Amino acid sequence: MPKAKVNGVEVEFEAGMSVLQVAELAGEEIPRFCYHERLSIPGNCRMCLVEVKPGPPKPQASCALPASDNQEITTNSPMVKKAREGVMEFLLINHPLDCPICDQGGECDLQDQATGYGRDDSRYALNKRAVEEKQMGPTVKTIMTRCIHCTRCVRFMAEIAGQQEVGLLNRGEDAEISTYLETAVSSELSGNINDLCPVGALTHRPWAYNYRPWELKKVEGVDVHDALGSNVVFQVRGAEVMRVLPRINDAVNEEWLSDKSRYAIDGLMRRRLDRPYVRRGGKLQEASWAEAFEAVAAKLGDSSPDRVGVIAGDLQDAESMKAALDLFGGAGVPNLDCRQDGAQIGGGPREAHLFNTTVLGLEEADAILLVGTNPRLESPVLNTRIRKAWFLNNARVGLIGEAADLTYPVEHLGETHRAFEEAAGWGHPFAEALRGARRPAIIVGGGALARPDGGALVRAAAQAAQAFDVVREGWNGWNVLHTAASRVGGLDMGFLPRGGGMGAKAMMGAAGQGGLDVLFLMGADELDTRAIGPDTFVIYMGTHGDAGASRADVILPGAAYTEKPGTWVNTEGRVQFASRAVFPKGEAREDWAILRALSERLGATLPYDSIGALREKLISDHPAFGQVDYVPTGRPLDLSLVGLDGTPSDEPLRSPVTNFYMTNPIARASLTMADCSAVRVQAPVPMAAE
Amino acid sequence: MSVRRLSREQPASFAFSEATQADIQFWLGKFPTNRRQSAVIPILWRVQKQEGWVSEPALRATAELLGMAYIRVLEVATFYTMFNLEPVGRTLIQVCGTTPCALRGAGEVMDVCRSKIGPKNQLSPDGLFTWQEVECLGACVNAPMAQINDYYFEDLTAASMAQIIDDFAAGRDPQPGPYIDRANSAPVGGPITLTEPSLFDGSRARKVELPNRVQPEPAA
Amino acid sequence: MPGILEDKDRIFTNLYGLHDPMLAGARQRGAWNATADILSMGRDWVITQVKNSGLRGRGGAGFGTGLKWSFMPKVVGERPHYLVVNADESEPGTCKDREILRHDPHLFIEGCLIASFAMQANTCYVYIRGEYVREREVLEAAVAEARRERLIGPGNIHGWDFELHVTHGAGAYICGEETALLESLEGKKGLPRLKPPFPAGSGLYGCPTTVNNVESIAVVGEIIRRGSAWFASFGRPNNTGTKLFCVSGHVERPCNVEEAMSIPLRQLLEDHCGGVRGGWNNLKAVIPGGSSVAMIPAEQCQDVLMDFDALRDLKSGLGTAAVIVMDKSTDLIRAIARIAYFYKHESCGQCTPCREGTGWMWRVMERMAAGQAEMHEIDMLLDVASQIEGHTICALGDAAAWPIQGLFRHFRHEVEDRISSYRSGKPHVQGATLLAAE
Ligand SMILES: Cc1cc2nc3c(=O)[nH]c(=O)nc-3n(C[C@H](O)[C@H](O)[C@H](O)COP(=O)(O)O)c2cc1C
Ligand code: SF4
Ligand code: FES
Repeated sequence: MPKAKVNGVEVEFEAGMSVLQVAELAGEEIPRFCYHERLSIPGNCRMCLVEVKPGPPKPQASCALPASDNQEITTNSPMVKKAREGVMEFLLINHPLDCPICDQGGECDLQDQATGYGRDDSRYALNKRAVEEKQMGPTVKTIMTRCIHCTRCVRFMAEIAGQQEVGLLNRGEDAEISTYLETAVSSELSGNINDLCPVGALTHRPWAYNYRPWELKKVEGVDVHDALGSNVVFQVRGAEVMRVLPRINDAVNEEWLSDKSRYAIDGLMRRRLDRPYVRRGGKLQEASWAEAFEAVAAKLGDSSPDRVGVIAGDLQDAESMKAALDLFGGAGVPNLDCRQDGAQIGGGPREAHLFNTTVLGLEEADAILLVGTNPRLESPVLNTRIRKAWFLNNARVGLIGEAADLTYPVEHLGETHRAFEEAAGWGHPFAEALRGARRPAIIVGGGALARPDGGALVRAAAQAAQAFDVVREGWNGWNVLHTAASRVGGLDMGFLPRGGGMGAKAMMGAAGQGGLDVLFLMGADELDTRAIGPDTFVIYMGTHGDAGASRADVILPGAAYTEKPGTWVNTEGRVQFASRAVFPKGEAREDWAILRALSERLGATLPYDSIGALREKLISDHPAFGQVDYVPTGRPLDLSLVGLDGTPSDEPLRSPVTNFYMTNPIARASLTMADCSAVRVQAPVPMAAE
Repeated sequence: MSVRRLSREQPASFAFSEATQADIQFWLGKFPTNRRQSAVIPILWRVQKQEGWVSEPALRATAELLGMAYIRVLEVATFYTMFNLEPVGRTLIQVCGTTPCALRGAGEVMDVCRSKIGPKNQLSPDGLFTWQEVECLGACVNAPMAQINDYYFEDLTAASMAQIIDDFAAGRDPQPGPYIDRANSAPVGGPITLTEPSLFDGSRARKVELPNRVQPEPAA
Repeated sequence: MPGILEDKDRIFTNLYGLHDPMLAGARQRGAWNATADILSMGRDWVITQVKNSGLRGRGGAGFGTGLKWSFMPKVVGERPHYLVVNADESEPGTCKDREILRHDPHLFIEGCLIASFAMQANTCYVYIRGEYVREREVLEAAVAEARRERLIGPGNIHGWDFELHVTHGAGAYICGEETALLESLEGKKGLPRLKPPFPAGSGLYGCPTTVNNVESIAVVGEIIRRGSAWFASFGRPNNTGTKLFCVSGHVERPCNVEEAMSIPLRQLLEDHCGGVRGGWNNLKAVIPGGSSVAMIPAEQCQDVLMDFDALRDLKSGLGTAAVIVMDKSTDLIRAIARIAYFYKHESCGQCTPCREGTGWMWRVMERMAAGQAEMHEIDMLLDVASQIEGHTICALGDAAAWPIQGLFRHFRHEVEDRISSYRSGKPHVQGATLLAAE
């Protein structure tokens, strides 16, 4: 390994590292503004200057300079100090120094580094430059006078989000960041530029002036707005989650977060169910827990188990599903389903319903076939990995389904399953690419799964996967991209119809015709509850006054994902824990505890009285839950076991997500999501190619 | 320079004229087919030739033509100062104001522009002229000078600038080049070098034998 | 005979455009003579000739041209090689490449062919500053002519497949910086790139590329036809050859002229330009190499030789050999303030010291020109200049700092006097013709 000396101390480093990285290896802190590990290196802020020997007699930008063997790096010489002070001074002369009214205060790189590396006086007595405000839409608040022209925002949008919408216009001291004609940024990932902006030029518009970072308590959590399981930090003041920021996990979301995962949280304070309700005389009326349980127990006691149905929604934690499974399954209820969209997957080998390539592994793929999915809408952060695969390995991406701008080049192979035959008719150039690929991957989405012929479509996809040798020694390229955070957990514990019971679609059909006495909805809101007939008694356990609650006969107020400790299993099968950030609203309770209480009332007390005990049971019954934050790669899978018999229809494949901002009750309660939807979905501004 | 912005008033649409389209093909022919973006500056320039300035619809049309994002074309249009982002007079006078020209009287030339046309960077009331102060145009030995529309008018004085403006106003066609008695960048009064007739009598066209045909051994 | 160089040793024989610039005239003057023979000698031979001639880049930095060519990969790999010719000529005071482009385009095109051959480039781009419309028209016509006559183009008579494409900028001095030029040529803003990687490794479109000035390329044919020793016989060692000088400002007869390197400045001005306006004793200072180099005061002008080393010894530089002469009527502070404005105007805005520092320096220079500044601002300004110098991505930051440092090195007392007299109620009126923009 090559060696270098940093301030006289020898360190070994890996070839290819920059001088900045080597200095950090040696424990030296190098100030920087423009440099960011996950973006290209422009070397424009000049804050990271150091002295290197051999080299020219002037300081060098360490972020961009490859380290070389036997280099001597000096980070503390008078030359370096002077250079840093100079850069700091230049950055500050036109900066408004309005820290007291700046939302970046407390987490501002400029503020921090000015204390560390700046001069203590100001020599600039001339007028400061003011930059006109720029509009960037509902998620990004701009105060462009504060901008230090690091171009992180420009680079993120172009490189990671893949939407060339932000640029540095003009030149010299007049250079300013803007979008084209100040149109709103349209990226589902826009909030990340607020994180990346090292100063207060770009801040979170939805949270403007709401808090100071140092007054927030930080709790680690897992995002539930899609099935990626992005790692987040809930930042809390009092009873409110003030903001959600990404937590770094290179295997999952790196350090990105979608706008929905980030900004839908105002929905947690709106339309909340904060006490039990019971329908009396056709009207939902406030009730006590005892009254609510009484109504539920009475109804359940009257019904035979095969006329009871339980559907788990998309945001449900594994613990509550396990409690429901134990309670209702134990009582002999056969009609259980965690797939409110009717997805025809599950029940087979675990790998059949997982994203086996893994999110990280996807970067290595060199040919990717998308089937019935729009990953940009179903998981924007995961979509950045596909983009990365395209960017890094020139991965070719083919799509069977609805054509869409996915931020990278896509070869559209057809709208229906017939494209399989055509592509597999082998003449197709993409088929050639897939066959020749070293790391081929196929991603099947809800557009294929959640249809009456979903099982047959999955079979068709699996056959193609087999033909293309997508699962091979050391590499499993079979991937299911779920959209519901609860889904894999539900499937893994078998929250599925048993013994000829009905699935979600059948239950809804039965409920429309008096075929069900009781329908228990656990946060299931993506159903057409208006179709439920008058004879079915609906119990809704959940958080928001959304579709489920509106039809409910009894409402049991549950806890949102920020309000309970919980386990979620992401689309790869990664088991992740989240902690409770705040308490449930009002009289609401954690869902598992509601079920535990109900079990007691029903006289079938569940065998655990703490979340810890519940988890133990979960793991002992379903060992998959025992492997926390880990997914193996290259899991074997017999593709011939995947899918169901049948003939797929010629219906075109569509993504299950039409409006990214409206996919769950929290998002639908969020004003910010409504704003985003209005600007980006209903009245999108045209953007040119690329 | 101040911040360059798109004009407030914009046409509803833009279309490349036939002549422009032919030029575009010429320019695209110069670059590898997967590098169409390389032609953006020449094509925006062509657009400016067609319309007199670069409008917002024209930026979009150019972006679409080249498969570029709008913002990338806007970056280019605002970076390069030759692109007029608002309409300018039919006669655009760009007086060089940088030191070599200033030393030889660019100030007086600009005074004439100011008094005959009006403040700089503004369309004259009659809509015929715009004058600007620009940076060194690379004709410093012919200072002071101005670029008027496409060509260079050199060795100007207050009087000759005034005459040129009058000529343009009257629809005449004043000729570019030096406005004193000299040939291009030769000294006034005629060249004192390059007068040797044998340079031009064809003797240099006679086939030469290359020296150093035998490579000397490189010094160790 | 004026000056040092004899007419027979001049390369640019149509410098003044008195003769036919097109192919017939150019051939008559010796262009395209024995070009095929030159290529037949092979690349290494060509590069050796250029190395032996001592030719140093004429774009300002003065890097050895032959050496630079030898940095290109020896074998063409997957990526093609490119020659890119820098015809952006925007350094204030400089107007020599223009004459080559419009009056001797064939000599230049021939140089492009030879240089491209030496670097195994089949494609050459010539990037001309946008304002040079006439120059571009002439060059395009000459290229078309050369193509028609199969001097260049696919399957040409010289046996090296070679395309030459003319393209242009649109008003940005920074695009003269070689990597900014490459960005511009790729259809982007002209933001200089970080080095490494150097263009010879990754230049235009990520391919091995060499960027050379027009003059550096245009002299190559003649150097080889007449022999490297011939070229090296002019000027002092390490400063050899003939060179185009652009003399502007306060001389009797400003002009471009080709002279031997190392010609004494005084001789250059007196022999070719009719001397300083009002006589040698009326000289105040000279900027000897384009606006980016420091000025030298009259005392130093007396004996200085016009070459890289002599001017470097005076903490100035030969730069582009654009000599800006300033007589005693000149308000030097205003002259430099106007140059400071130029750099502020032309900064690309990418890196912090240049973006923020050039505006700061200009504003302080304006205050000094008016006399309104505080005395202590002089040292502060010099400190600011030293914080820009050497801290930027490209050399524009240095170029902005040096003229100001040069002014204070030699004429600090004038600035101090200006400030004092303003304070004592004697506002300064001299130099009112030097108006700042904005
Ligand atoms: C700010 C700046 C402007 C420059 N402008 C020009 C220019 O207009 N023409 C030019 O030939 N070189 C210019 N250069 C120098 C080029 O970067 C480069 O060194 C030169 O083109 C190399 O050619 P040569 O080796 O033939 O001199 C400039 C450099 C800087 C830093
Ligand atoms: S807005 Fe922020 S992220 Fe963007 S360039 Fe300015 S300082 Fe950097
Ligand atoms: S961090 Fe190195 S230049 Fe910005």
